[in-house]
Amino acid sequence: MNPPTFDTVQVGDQLPVLQLPPVDRTTLALFAGASGDHNPIHIDTDVARRAGMPDVFAQGMLGMAWLARLITGWVPQRQLRRFDARFQGITQLGNAIRCSGHVVEKLEHQGERCVRVELRSENQFGQAKIVGEALVALP
Amino acid sequence: MIDKKWIGHELPTSVLPIERSRLQFFAKAIGETDPVYTDIVAARNAGYPDLPAPATFLFAAELDSGASDRLLADLQIPIAKLLHGEQSFTYHKAACVGDTVSVQSRITDIYDKKNGALEFVVKTSRATNQRNELVAELRSVIVCRH
Repeated sequence: MNPPTFDTVQVGDQLPVLQLPPVDRTTLALFAGASGDHNPIHIDTDVARRAGMPDVFAQGMLGMAWLARLITGWVPQRQLRRFDARFQGITQLGNAIRCSGHVVEKLEHQGERCVRVELRSENQFGQAKIVGEALVALP
Repeated sequence: MIDKKWIGHELPTSVLPIERSRLQFFAKAIGETDPVYTDIVAARNAGYPDLPAPATFLFAAELDSGASDRLLADLQIPIAKLLHGEQSFTYHKAACVGDTVSVQSRITDIYDKKNGALEFVVKTSRATNQRNELVAELRSVIVCRH
């Protein structure tokens, strides 16, 4: 696939989907260490249950990191200008997250040709986990 | 209720040195397969001096420093009631291995919805490098559910 350019990209274009494997405890433990988020609610079942949750669940920023992979799988990170996420639902163990996005606007932003991309991550049941938006500069 | 006196509160600066092994660990943890994030040769070929910090990595600064935990303690938000509502990044300059990033945050708003059943804390941050160049701006919305 050729790198996207402002002239070739059209409103409605889909980014190549990023499909993740089901979330397991190892993933959460690794992300806790790597991200610095040591909140035990994501890694210790006893703590999660005491907080009224059925089990540990994914860190929100893990889901956002996956959405970032969707973007940087499409364009180099140096072209990313803004990245916004709204967390919509808890990602439970066993959820297989699918990240998708599509171009919603072509615009000029601070003298640069950019596109606005709507982003979504959802589990295998179609339940939204994150909705977001990115502003990406294109050559 | 979270005391609104905290609006305007400035968190202590968090200093995050960008380290290669940490970035490689982060890449593994998120399943990153693009070698630009793990292989210095690929990073240099992409025009970076060393591995670049991935797009959401700088969120680690205030976790590592303890500033995030301290804020939750100050605001008396128990982790069992804590949710991450929103997160935004505006990017100005890449942060790469060898850079030292300083994150300075302030609380810019506190409000509630549903008659106080949900409380929201808005934190805005500036991330600068060792040359005092602006690397990124961050905005976080923390939710406390009652």
